[in-house]
Amino acid sequence: MLHTLLKSIQKSTRTFSGGIDPEMSKITAAAAIATSMQPQLYILPIKQHIGEACEPIVSVGDHVKWGQKIARSQGYVSVPVHSPTSGKVVKIEEHATPHPSGMGLPSIFIEPDGKDTRDKSLKPIKAYRDTDPTELRERLRLCGIAGLGGAVFPTFIKLLKDNRNPIETLILNGIECEPYLTNDHRLMIEKAKEIIIGIDIIMHMVGAKKAIIAIEDNKPNALEMMQETLEILSESFPDSTRIEVCQLPTRYPQGSEKQLIEVLTGKQVPAGKLPMHIGVICQNVGTSKAIHDAIIKGRPLTERIVTVSGDAVPRPGNMRVRLGTPMRFVFAQHGLETFDHVHLLHGGPMMGEKLKNADVPVVKSTNGLLAMHSTSMKEAHKSEQPCIRCGHCGVVCPVSLVPNLLADQCRNKQFEKAESYDLFDCIECGACSYVCPSNIPLVHYFRYGKGQLAQIGREQNFAHASKQRSEHRDDRIAREKEEKAAKRRVVREKHVAKADDDKTSAGKPDHDKTADHKTADEKKPKTTDKTIQKDKPSPKSPPGKASSGKVSS
Amino acid sequence: MIHLSSPHMHGGDSIRMTMLSVIFALLPATIVSVYLFGWLAFLLITISMVTCLITEFISLRLMGRSASPIGDGSAALTGLLLALTLPAYLPWWMVILASVMAILLGKQLYGGLGYNLFNPALAARVILLISFPLNMTAWIIPMHVGTPVIDLYDFNACLNLLIFGPESLNRALDAITMASPLGHIKTEWSQGISVTNALRSYDYSYLDAFLGREAGSIGETSALALLLGGIYMLARHTISWHIPFTYLATVLILAAVFNLIDPAHYAPPLFHLLAGGLMLCAFFMATDPVSSPVTPMGQIVFGVGCGVLTWSIRTYGGYPEGAMFAVILMNCTVPLIDHYCRPRVYGR
Repeated sequence: MLHTLLKSIQKSTRTFSGGIDPEMSKITAAAAIATSMQPQLYILPIKQHIGEACEPIVSVGDHVKWGQKIARSQGYVSVPVHSPTSGKVVKIEEHATPHPSGMGLPSIFIEPDGKDTRDKSLKPIKAYRDTDPTELRERLRLCGIAGLGGAVFPTFIKLLKDNRNPIETLILNGIECEPYLTNDHRLMIEKAKEIIIGIDIIMHMVGAKKAIIAIEDNKPNALEMMQETLEILSESFPDSTRIEVCQLPTRYPQGSEKQLIEVLTGKQVPAGKLPMHIGVICQNVGTSKAIHDAIIKGRPLTERIVTVSGDAVPRPGNMRVRLGTPMRFVFAQHGLETFDHVHLLHGGPMMGEKLKNADVPVVKSTNGLLAMHSTSMKEAHKSEQPCIRCGHCGVVCPVSLVPNLLADQCRNKQFEKAESYDLFDCIECGACSYVCPSNIPLVHYFRYGKGQLAQIGREQNFAHASKQRSEHRDDRIAREKEEKAAKRRVVREKHVAKADDDKTSAGKPDHDKTADHKTADEKKPKTTDKTIQKDKPSPKSPPGKASSGKVSS
Repeated sequence: MIHLSSPHMHGGDSIRMTMLSVIFALLPATIVSVYLFGWLAFLLITISMVTCLITEFISLRLMGRSASPIGDGSAALTGLLLALTLPAYLPWWMVILASVMAILLGKQLYGGLGYNLFNPALAARVILLISFPLNMTAWIIPMHVGTPVIDLYDFNACLNLLIFGPESLNRALDAITMASPLGHIKTEWSQGISVTNALRSYDYSYLDAFLGREAGSIGETSALALLLGGIYMLARHTISWHIPFTYLATVLILAAVFNLIDPAHYAPPLFHLLAGGLMLCAFFMATDPVSSPVTPMGQIVFGVGCGVLTWSIRTYGGYPEGAMFAVILMNCTVPLIDHYCRPRVYGR
């Protein structure tokens, strides 16, 4: 047993193309996970995942329990939101979310009653191996589990046992390649057992043959802890031999799903396909722990580990924070009370978003909260210089794009050309901007280009639809004209026949009559034209914002 | 300004750092040039660099732009590179003319740093060579090589020569110059003398060519000094190996194959490698990021192209040296190379 374990702990020499070695600044690596205090008010946005927003199912004044569903999912790519404590719903209104635009979302405000009474409607499923994966899947959906690595994609969708795409390998992502962040690191040290049971649950659900826990070599204690726990569990756990721990050299962005798959399996996920199409699924270690809690304890996702760090935080650390806790309250517990000349980042410094202020809640995607002195941010956001085409951006690009050409195309609004240069394959890891000697915000241009292309796509769809509508309309008008003309011919023939019958009477009044008919006939389709046009939105004013995106450099 | 977009970290590299590292890499070649050509080299480099900086400043101002890019080191680098490709004696106004053209025609007219199609220093050098072929191929006999006619370590003599020409020293230009190895074999071949015999009559030595004890442009003579600078830039990742390696390898292979076929007509590979401006072009000119391809594949194509052209022009062309023409010609193909030599994108 020990031998196989030792054998499985191999140092991989495989790697992905590109990548950088930024200063990791993992200053909170040794800080045990503390538990956040209760804030006076929780703010729960109705959408904390990638996909469709939820719909609140509680009303102001309702009493809710800890773990009770307060917003139900709408649509397939969606998971519900649960109350992080027991208390009273005090209001439901729009509130800012952790998004760089400061975008607001309807949010449920809950005032805790201090009792933390749990909602026990979900029963633990201890014998998960004897449970149908479909049932477990539904449980994960009900518990609101979404990928906690930062992408927050609803987890249940990925954990589908599909006979057309049998899963060979489950990859547990414990890479945490973003500088400063240590939440996954601490979780692996403190909750190794839960993570491994979570892995076993996932393996059962998707029928994976083996699992690899991938950890970078800057976290040797996490690696050791996972190995030891695996060994301890191996006695009660026949399948633990199918789980291996793999140490990888530290490199950014190794934690990116596609790059990690390439490193561990040597295979690339084909463009436009998903990892499951090559028999792999990838889950974050934090998600694995959340899956454990949902199945074994019957607890929905109401809290997560957050790294609170950055050079402006007096007492950086890792904290178990309930979702909905205002960030200001979290920072305060680490000694940061005022935010003058401080920049707040949601997530890590490479891919995180800059926050406008601290009055936004912790959500499912909050893996890190960083506060940096504005002086230390200046280096990264110096004014843009002309590109000297050094090509360093292409060297570090993990997807082998040519970032400087792409940025030129986006800047010059050659969006279709940028698309043909595979703009949409960019994972926005920021390695190109990091190495650029001219401080060009390349990722910024790529987001702009992608946004504009999406807009162009919408407009083209719209134009296509209106063209079809107008063609249908032309057809109908032609048909109507034809019918009318046929009718007129019939009427005229009747008149001619009538005139033939009594040639003696004067034809004048009759002639006038037909003329009247004619004008009336001609008028009719015109009026219908107008009504049709009214129904149809004018192509000059497409719905949504027309290309208003502006590159601010 | 602080914008919203990630990443919020930067590796600290800058245009200034890049340019300064190239200037630093040119230090050995610069030192050798002053050692061989004394004050003449010093004055040449000074005039060229100062003129480039002034031209850059004036053109930025004329275009109504901020003059701050003057500090990024690119104009200074162009000036230094240009001076190193020039013969030790040129009338002072030619040096100034070349420097002005390098910055004005080679760079600012295209839109400034990052937009130029050609390497500015090489473009100016080519213009000068075509306009003043006599002066541009008259190589002053360097110090420590044979017996120097004038003492290049004498500041006054050098200043006199530079300002008033060789006549002021009661010398004809011919008297103080000698042929470069490349020029020598070209002239001899045109008179029906084989390359082997021409090299013998020149008293050619590989060691001298490697160390730089031969006639030529002030910064091009010492292959060793240029190699040191090149290795420094490779180690610092200022340049990648693709262009210099493929460029030099192509010249070597072509020269070796043809030398094997007919040694009387085709110069030996090592001679090609150490001669003329090849080393300087391979490490410092062809690798100029702005005017070379960005992708590794493109850089390989570019390097091979430079190699083929250099060897062909040297062997069949009217000019003894082809390196700068090769690079300038290949500069034209860069947009095309960039379009066709993109790497395979992940998963495609």
